[in-house]
Amino acid sequence: MARVHLWASLRRFAEGQEVVEVDAATVGQMLDALERAHPGLGPAIKAGLSVAVDGEVIANNRSAPVKPDSEVFLLQRLKGG
Amino acid sequence: MARDDVKTGYKLIGTRPNRPDGLDKVTGRARYGADFSLPGMLHAAVVRSPHAHARIVKIDASKALALDGVKAVVTRADLPTGLTGEDLNLQDNTLAGDTALYDGHAVAAVAASSALLAQDAARLIEVTYEVLPHVTDVDAAMAPGAPVIREGVADYSVPEGMHGNVARYMEFGHGDVEAGFAAADIVRAQTYKTEATHQGYIEPHACVGQMGEDGRGEMWVCTQGHWYIRRMCAAVLGIEAANLRVTPSEIGGGFGGKTTIFMEPLSLALSKKAGGRPVKLVMSRSEVLRATGPTASASMDVKLGMKTDGTITAGQVYFRMQGGAFRGMSPIGEALPCAFACYDIPALKHEAVEVIANRPKAAAYRAPGSPMAAFAVESLVDEMCRELKLDPIEVRLKNGATNGSKSSYGPVYNVIGLKETLEAAQAHPNYAIPLGPNQGRGVASGFWFNHGGETSVTLAVGEDGTATVMIGTPDIGGSRASIGLMVAETLGIPYENVRVNVVETGALGVNEPTHGSRATFASGKAAVEAARQAIAEMCRRAAADWGIDADAVEWKDGAAHPAGPNAGKFPPMTIGEIGAKMGSTGGPISGHHEVTAEGVGASFGTHVVDVEVDPETGRTTVLRYLVVQDAGTAIHPAYVEGQYQGGAAQGIGWALNEEYVYGADGRLQNPVFLDYRIPVASDLPMIDTVIIEVPNPGHPYGVRGVGETGITPPLPAVASAIAGATGARIRSLPCSPPKVLAAIKAART
Repeated sequence: MARVHLWASLRRFAEGQEVVEVDAATVGQMLDALERAHPGLGPAIKAGLSVAVDGEVIANNRSAPVKPDSEVFLLQRLKGG
Repeated sequence: MARDDVKTGYKLIGTRPNRPDGLDKVTGRARYGADFSLPGMLHAAVVRSPHAHARIVKIDASKALALDGVKAVVTRADLPTGLTGEDLNLQDNTLAGDTALYDGHAVAAVAASSALLAQDAARLIEVTYEVLPHVTDVDAAMAPGAPVIREGVADYSVPEGMHGNVARYMEFGHGDVEAGFAAADIVRAQTYKTEATHQGYIEPHACVGQMGEDGRGEMWVCTQGHWYIRRMCAAVLGIEAANLRVTPSEIGGGFGGKTTIFMEPLSLALSKKAGGRPVKLVMSRSEVLRATGPTASASMDVKLGMKTDGTITAGQVYFRMQGGAFRGMSPIGEALPCAFACYDIPALKHEAVEVIANRPKAAAYRAPGSPMAAFAVESLVDEMCRELKLDPIEVRLKNGATNGSKSSYGPVYNVIGLKETLEAAQAHPNYAIPLGPNQGRGVASGFWFNHGGETSVTLAVGEDGTATVMIGTPDIGGSRASIGLMVAETLGIPYENVRVNVVETGALGVNEPTHGSRATFASGKAAVEAARQAIAEMCRRAAADWGIDADAVEWKDGAAHPAGPNAGKFPPMTIGEIGAKMGSTGGPISGHHEVTAEGVGASFGTHVVDVEVDPETGRTTVLRYLVVQDAGTAIHPAYVEGQYQGGAAQGIGWALNEEYVYGADGRLQNPVFLDYRIPVASDLPMIDTVIIEVPNPGHPYGVRGVGETGITPPLPAVASAIAGATGARIRSLPCSPPKVLAAIKAART
């Protein structure tokens, strides 16, 4: 299962876990599974997130693949100038 | 090593052809936002709040409407209700509702038959205010007793017990920070502040909007992203996006400030109320500074642990940023990940709060958040290097992030070029030039993520073998030239045979703006894919003509060729020959690609600056300035150098002079360029550049975005150079002459 790292101030919405294991094949499935397992994360996910999957930052692509051994980091939605 | 010295297999990429928009711009033929006019056009003016915070009791437009030639007035009552989230913020910023939230907040707008008449009419609109307590400083806004300027602004992230002006909270990190500090030989902590600065684009916001009673409209506007203009205007006005067609003009600078709306919906609302007559709205410089989006102001605590050999053992930051009176506008989400992005440090803690204040709604500004974060962290690194008498580049090489490093914000870096920029800076002649009296040298590194995003591109082959490329990202810094080069390289035709046009919202799928240093990366990547589609089709046409299988045809040097001796002997069929008869071989030939582009490569840079400080006046002169940055592949090196120089120039202005100055009454004191001091050519030396090329594996030609990283290192580099020259460390930007002089005097006593 993919290991999803939560930034510290999100962990209180996931029973204090730093890493949540999620069974998902895409970024969209991963985010949906996270919200199902931890509804408290819903506002953060709905507010817009970027993710990094195995080192690559995915700004906004729910179809981006996630592998069973992927390491995923949630990031705030990035803006640029 | 400069890009031109690198041997590659490319014929065009890396060359410096004339810019396609150059002649238009130097002859005045280029059409900017304010240049557009239509028959029957009206002109608009905006009534703005003179108060930092005030309840709007009454708006009486009767005297204005009584003037001959005044055709329409709009107030918030003319806009739809029921919006939520960021759409409501956009509407609240377009026109104040019950409350004016900052000096310059739009309260009403008027359209008349001339610009002067509109301004006269605006002065006749009587607004009754009830002045409310205000706060403009980031620290004051979260101090006990500070007025809560908007109730319920906090989102899910804010823990209980924080001040009512705190809108967002963020925390992350890794490792044992306290153990890291315990392992250090010295631990230092300081607080740094940066004032809000404006992007300072020369072209003020301008648009012409037209909308009929049926809610169908059109707009011509200077913008970094016309699909964003369409979506935001549609949301604010309650219309369907497809009913608004938006055409971008040439753009006289944006730097992030033109990725959103400010007054554009007003021209449409006025037009609709004036019977569908087009309405032009052009901001004055004062309006730009008072009422468009500067960047955030910041107050930042930093703590670092370092061993005597320069090894950084732990780091900690706590940032406080205000982005105006609206939630979500300060760049805490970018500043925190950027703070230690140049380093591989075993233990880090990041914490930040966003605070709202009675200031205009902030917008993106070149690497949003990264310059402030760099000012705080890189300044303290420099202070500790000077204390331990360590070479600042050696310390950065010792602790710097490399391929495979775990980034400060979590993921592992793939292929990055920070180390190469440090080594090139160290080897550059500037780094060895002896310094004279009152002179100092500063070094700093910087980082930006870069961005891909929603992108749609179409390429059409012409009957004469030329190619027209339609892109949706306005050209701010040379993307038409770089995309033209990539397409020409891919097609194997001369650069002059490719024309790249920025087209309107009706011509392509949705494109994100030119932001995040993405245009050459993302539109370029899509254009290359579109060219490859066209090549595949041209190979099919040639194969059909020759009566062979399409797989037996290859494309090189602008022509279809039989792929080998078994494919048969046919003379090459050029793109011109294929284009000339495409109508009779199956119809027009084009390629199209749309994608949410991924595969961005982060860009790192290292800057070295020498300054001389006049000890009698505190004035700082920049003697020489060096920018070294990783471009991945420099498609058009002159434009890459221009981005490096432009970023450095803006960063130098931020470091030395630029700041929003608010009076005790909450009004902006310096809303003109005479008082808001951006650097001009005579203030700066020639800025030397070195282009590092560590190709990005996520782009067909190795491109990394180059537009934003360059503004990040100047803030700490200049302040560190001043510290070297004077012995006085400025921890609150700008390093203006009075502040430097006071610091020199304080250091002497």
